[in-house]
Amino acid sequence: MRFLGLIWSNLKRRKLRTSLTLLSIFVAFLLFGLLCAIKEAFTAGITLAGVDRLIVRHKVSLIMDLPVTYGPRMERIPGVVSAVPFVWFNGIYQNEPKNFFATMAVPPAPFLDLYRECVLPEDQKQAWLNTRTGAIIGRTLAERFKWKIGDRIPLTSPIWPNKEGGAWEFDVVGIFDGANKGTDTSGMYFRYDYLDEGRAYGEGLVGWYGARVSDPEQAAAVAKAIDAEFANSPYETKAEPEGAFVQGFIQQIGNIKTILLAILSAVFFTILLVAGNTMAQAVRERTEELGVLKALGFRDGLLLALVLVESGVMAAVGGLAGLGVAWLITARGSPVPAMLPVFYLPTRSLLIGLGLVFALGFAAGVLPALQAMRLPVALALRRHV
Amino acid sequence: MSTGNGVLVRVEDVHRTFWRGAEQIDVLSNLHLEVPRGEFLALMGPSGSGKTTLLNLIGGLDRPTSGSVEVAGERIDRMSNRRLAAWRARHVGFIFQFYNLLPVLTAERNVELPLLLTHLSKSERRRHVETALHVVGLTDRSGHFPRTLSGGEQQRTGIARAIVTDPTLLLCDEPTGDLDRKSGDEILGLLQALNREHGKTIIMVTHDPHASARATRTVYLDKGRLSAEKPE
Ligand SMILES: Nc1ncnc2c1ncn2[C@@H]1O[C@H](COP(=O)(O)OP(=O)(O)O)[C@@H](O)[C@H]1O
Ligand SMILES: [Mg+2]
Repeated sequence: MRFLGLIWSNLKRRKLRTSLTLLSIFVAFLLFGLLCAIKEAFTAGITLAGVDRLIVRHKVSLIMDLPVTYGPRMERIPGVVSAVPFVWFNGIYQNEPKNFFATMAVPPAPFLDLYRECVLPEDQKQAWLNTRTGAIIGRTLAERFKWKIGDRIPLTSPIWPNKEGGAWEFDVVGIFDGANKGTDTSGMYFRYDYLDEGRAYGEGLVGWYGARVSDPEQAAAVAKAIDAEFANSPYETKAEPEGAFVQGFIQQIGNIKTILLAILSAVFFTILLVAGNTMAQAVRERTEELGVLKALGFRDGLLLALVLVESGVMAAVGGLAGLGVAWLITARGSPVPAMLPVFYLPTRSLLIGLGLVFALGFAAGVLPALQAMRLPVALALRRHV
Repeated sequence: MSTGNGVLVRVEDVHRTFWRGAEQIDVLSNLHLEVPRGEFLALMGPSGSGKTTLLNLIGGLDRPTSGSVEVAGERIDRMSNRRLAAWRARHVGFIFQFYNLLPVLTAERNVELPLLLTHLSKSERRRHVETALHVVGLTDRSGHFPRTLSGGEQQRTGIARAIVTDPTLLLCDEPTGDLDRKSGDEILGLLQALNREHGKTIIMVTHDPHASARATRTVYLDKGRLSAEKPE
């Protein structure tokens, strides 16, 4: 294209200003990418929650226990396919609280059947069924501590001390992957029977149940039936769809999320406005030059296109670099797996980012260019006198 | 296009009115002007008398409030903006008092600008640019940016840009107004040569009697009217 030289020369006009503008566009879109990843991290659990799963917990609070005998009773309720007990173990590795990761005791086969998004190779599943001390760990967790199959991991639990005192020993028999990007693979699951036989007290108590219903449409009705079944017992229950459960849990950290997102969004849009204004200013300064080009016979449409390509190139270079780096950072996984186990940049956000890049280039170029176009040539040429 | 000795520019009964708020300013009224092909016309008059306004009307940068402007048989006051832009590119070369070169482009790139609107290939464009720079005597400065050129050299670049498309008409608005006497004389000599040797029709606005002496005819604009005689 014969006009490329002209566009390029204009971009090089004020190298410092161009670089600073590019840098701020870059930072803005880097921020945008991370912002989307953080937002995704906070909401992934909800959107990925199984629609056919209920969480059944103690009516008063999640930390109060339920008897293990509720499982078979629930499975007798019409519409309930299976009820799988979970015990929150709160394992601590090397007595170091910052090594935190989720540890839960579950019955292996029913658990794997309930959480099919945890993908475990068949031989590892068999190994888990055959090893009482066996535990499976998520891919993220394995990478975090460089654990391999065959490793022996000692954990202590402030909730469930061992009968013999000292640490619980677990043998890694499997590493599971997520069926999709949003699956949480930052935790560890081990066998309920191993916990139950080894714990100093609390035999037969579980933290909550995950239950599968046969018809997601009936989930609310089934939840009601479950609560009715255990009403007026010493352990009354609260059953709710998994999505609602996760949401309730998220709400506890929700305020942090809101504040974080608000601040980052404000910063993002501020940078965008400043960069856009600088780009627009660069065009406004050239009103007289645009007048000269018009006098030479350049049509309005051509000049508009030249200005738009120029601001589009700025936005694209800075914006794509920012989004690209954000994508690279998030592709490497969560910087804080304990807090945000799911951390990635969804394709949808990337597309929105591209749209914003395009909008920035267009808005920053089109407004001042149109303004310059509307000015009669004779007046544009008069501006310096 | 440049053969024959007919009238090239015909301005008839032109009025040009500006509005400054509610105040009406009749810059040009009932103005007539004919410029034959091959003429080097000097347009003089006090500051604010409307010289630039008239030049803009002839160059298709502005439109009369009423009246007609005809160049080479075409009513340019009736053309659409789009056609007028194409017409300017083909028929008019502008030379400005402050040169109005693009600072980001070298002299040769500035001269090339009007050629970007033609269908010429890159090598053809380069040939035309070299010829134009040769005519104005600036071949050895072609790679320089405007800020590293003297005023006279910048104006010569401006002239090269104006003639590179071989236009029918050259319009100069105080081309020596920002130059010292010596550089100004060189520019005037160049315009004179373009008129005499290349047959260019030139209309030049100037304050300077010294400059108008180089022209083949001088007209005076005062209070919206033209006359062949210097007023009072
Ligand atoms: N676009 C415009 N709007 C309002 N007034 C204008 C405009 N262009 C020119 N004028 C006025 O018209 C008069 C003539 O201007 P101009 O043609 O530039 O004079 P000259 O070139 O002879 O000095 C001046 O009073 C000027 O202020
Ligand atoms: Mg003037």
